[in-house]
Amino acid sequence: MSRRGRRDVGLGVLGVLLAFGACEAVSRAGIVRRTYLPPASEVLARAVELAGDSAFLDGIGATVRAWALGLTLACVIAVPLGLLLGSVPVVEAAMRAIVEFLRPLPSVALIPLVSLLLGSGTRTEVTLIAYASVWPILFNTMYGLRESEPLAKDTLRAFGFGRAAVLWRVELAGAAPFIAAGVRISAAVALVLAVATELLSGFGEGLGIFIAQAQLATDGTRDVLAGVVWAGALGLVVNGVLVWGERRLFPWAPERRAVRT
Amino acid sequence: MLRLDSLSQSYGEHRVLRDVSLSVPDGQLLCVVGPSGCGKSTLLRTIAGLLPVREGAVTIDGTLVTGVPDRLAVVFQDYGRSLLPWLSVRDNVALPLRRQGLRRAERRAEAEHMLERVGLEASARRSPWQLSGGMQQRVAIARALVVRPSLLLMDEPFGSLDARTREDLEDLLLEVHRTDGATIVFVTHDIDESVYLGDRVVVLSAGPDSRVARDLPVGLPAQRDQIATRGLPEFVALRAEVGRAVRAPARAAVLGPADAEPEQAR
Repeated sequence: MSRRGRRDVGLGVLGVLLAFGACEAVSRAGIVRRTYLPPASEVLARAVELAGDSAFLDGIGATVRAWALGLTLACVIAVPLGLLLGSVPVVEAAMRAIVEFLRPLPSVALIPLVSLLLGSGTRTEVTLIAYASVWPILFNTMYGLRESEPLAKDTLRAFGFGRAAVLWRVELAGAAPFIAAGVRISAAVALVLAVATELLSGFGEGLGIFIAQAQLATDGTRDVLAGVVWAGALGLVVNGVLVWGERRLFPWAPERRAVRT
Repeated sequence: MLRLDSLSQSYGEHRVLRDVSLSVPDGQLLCVVGPSGCGKSTLLRTIAGLLPVREGAVTIDGTLVTGVPDRLAVVFQDYGRSLLPWLSVRDNVALPLRRQGLRRAERRAEAEHMLERVGLEASARRSPWQLSGGMQQRVAIARALVVRPSLLLMDEPFGSLDARTREDLEDLLLEVHRTDGATIVFVTHDIDESVYLGDRVVVLSAGPDSRVARDLPVGLPAQRDQIATRGLPEFVALRAEVGRAVRAPARAAVLGPADAEPEQAR
């Protein structure tokens, strides 16, 4: 690791320690009442303790399953749709109004509506996750196609490759890093939707359910915060894995080339 | 035999080429020169079947060209954009062979053989973007040659390389032309290069509405040498003639260089 890299990691650790220390101090000094904000060490201890709680782990499993299913569904819908919209201008023009209307709708606002239609179960959760996750993947696919090299396309055409072959070998391959970045953004969005849907629907199993139920218990703040720590850790791990995957798969992406030469 | 008959091309209202007629015998290395914006690239793309013909006709061995001709290869100036960065050097070169239904192992063997010819066998497994500009253009040339093209089109392929690398690649091209005997249409804005490489030099007049201003056979010996050939009196005379034609104003150029001079003086 470079000197600068080491320094950045050092600063990162320092920041975490400071934030942790501040939360701990505020609570222990009695500035905020303990039931409102338990000391950070207690929250962390509880979060670790939950790792041995099989009911809690089942909940995490349910959330992760819904998250993975919704995200996969979003990929299956958004990538082909993005290819279509990105490569056939007529279709793009026809769909633009619909897309521009649907995109800014906050997905969380759709939770009651979808719950009404599909009930408050996994189907609702997966549907909402998929809906929210479609957008970043869709737009990144379209954007990635637009960035593809006209000269590479011409070269392949001159070698006698047909339109489908050029779309597959140049455009889709070139758009892959953009699509992957879209999936990474969607992975975070999907986690938000998973937890939010569970919080609002309030029964069944899942991380959101755990948090919602802890909220009702007396002195539940510690459990609520421990659940939040788990949600954060989950997001962090997912993001880390995806960033690592992108680096391994696309070392040729323009922003990474300089590093590896 | 490649023939252009009264070929005209335009982008909307903007006419780029007017009434260009040329026949290129098999195995000829034809250099097309002209000031920038004279439609050299348009001409090349039209022959490649990448642009539809607006007026006139392009025929190869008497057959009208309506799409991309068979056994064609193209090398563009911008190697960085025409090579696929996600494929290794070897796989870039092997890619066009997919069209010929060869199996993977055969494609790779052919590609490696071709890389050897351009002196890049040691870089076969690297990524194109890890190589220097000159090496990348060698990869593009190997990729073009691997299909054993009967027609090779080159659009200012050495335009962005340094002088030394360019000379090496010019000699590589001459050697390849001697051994493979493909018909080559080589577009350049470099007058020296056109005379050094060509069996024949065609000068296009300044655009818009470019036409063939001069069509000159190059009488230099087939075996060329960067130092000796460029010093020959024929080379110097021909270079001057091409240079005058390229610099001439659009209208006068059609009449010939002798008529062009007084007009420039005005």
